[in-house]
Amino acid sequence: MTEALPNLEGLLREALAPVEPPADLVERLESTLTSITELAADELEAWELSAMRDPRNWVRPAGALLVGGTAGTALVLLRARRRAQSPSASLDGVREATERAIHDVGREMRKLLGER
Amino acid sequence: MSEEGGGKPKAQLDAEFSELYRTHLRDVYSYAYYRVGDHHDAEDLTEQTFLQAYRHFERAQRESDGRPLRPWLIRIAHNLAANLYRDRSRKPVSPIDDTTPLAAVHTTEQLVEGRDELSRVLDGVQLLPDDRREALIMRFALGMDNREIARALGRSDGATKVLIHRAIKQLEELVND
Repeated sequence: MTEALPNLEGLLREALAPVEPPADLVERLESTLTSITELAADELEAWELSAMRDPRNWVRPAGALLVGGTAGTALVLLRARRRAQSPSASLDGVREATERAIHDVGREMRKLLGER
Repeated sequence: MSEEGGGKPKAQLDAEFSELYRTHLRDVYSYAYYRVGDHHDAEDLTEQTFLQAYRHFERAQRESDGRPLRPWLIRIAHNLAANLYRDRSRKPVSPIDDTTPLAAVHTTEQLVEGRDELSRVLDGVQLLPDDRREALIMRFALGMDNREIARALGRSDGATKVLIHRAIKQLEELVND
C-alpha cells in the first residue's frame, strides 16, 4: 500500500502539462499546408482550361478542387511568418524544405486520389 | 468555390483556417502526445489531423453554427488515433516518455519532491480505459470543459460528466493502491 496522493486533480494538471510541438513539425506542417494549397490552385486552373475536353483528366483536378477549397491566402501568411522566423536559412535548407514539402504534397495528393 | 451559393469568401475562410491552426496546434499536439505516448507518432497524428481539418474546414464551419471548432479538431485526432491502433493492433509500446513534459514544468526542487507523485499519476492514467483516459487528457492537458469534451467524444454532456467523475475515481484507486 503506497501513501495516498492528496489533490489528485492538481497533480493531474501538472502531470498532463501541455506539450509544445517540436519546431521541425511546425515547419513541415506549414510547408505542407502552403504547398498543397498552391498546387491545388494551379491544378484547378489547368483543369478549367483543359479537362472539359478530356474526361481522363477529371479525377486528378477533382482532388485539387477539394483541397483548393480552403486556406490559400492565409497559408501565404503562414509562409511569410515562417520566412520571417528564419531569415538566414541556407540555400540547402530551403531546397531540403522544398523537397520535403513536395514529397508531402505528393503523398497527400495520392491519398486524395485514392479516396475517389 | 465558396464565393458561390452564399458561402463565405475564400479569403475569409483561409484566414479563419490559419487562425484555427495557430490557436490549436499545441492542443492537438498535446492531445496526440498523451494519447499515443511518443513524439514520433504524435507528430504524424498532428500532421494528419490538420490535413484532414483542412479538407473539411468549410463544411465544419457551416455545420458548427458558430460554436468553437476545437472539439471538432480533437475528434479528428481521436478518430485518427483509433485508426492508428486498429491498424497496428496494439496499444502504445512504451509508457509516456515522462521526462520531457515533466522537465518542462518542474525546474526547482519540486522536480525531486514531486516526480514520484507525478509518475504515479501518469502511470495510472495509462492504465485507464481509453475513453476515461481521453476524457482526462482533454480536461487536464487541454483545459476543455464538459461541453467541449462531450462534443469531441460524441457523447451527451451528462454522460461526459459521469465519465470524468468515474475516471478520476478509478485513477484515485489506481494511484493509491
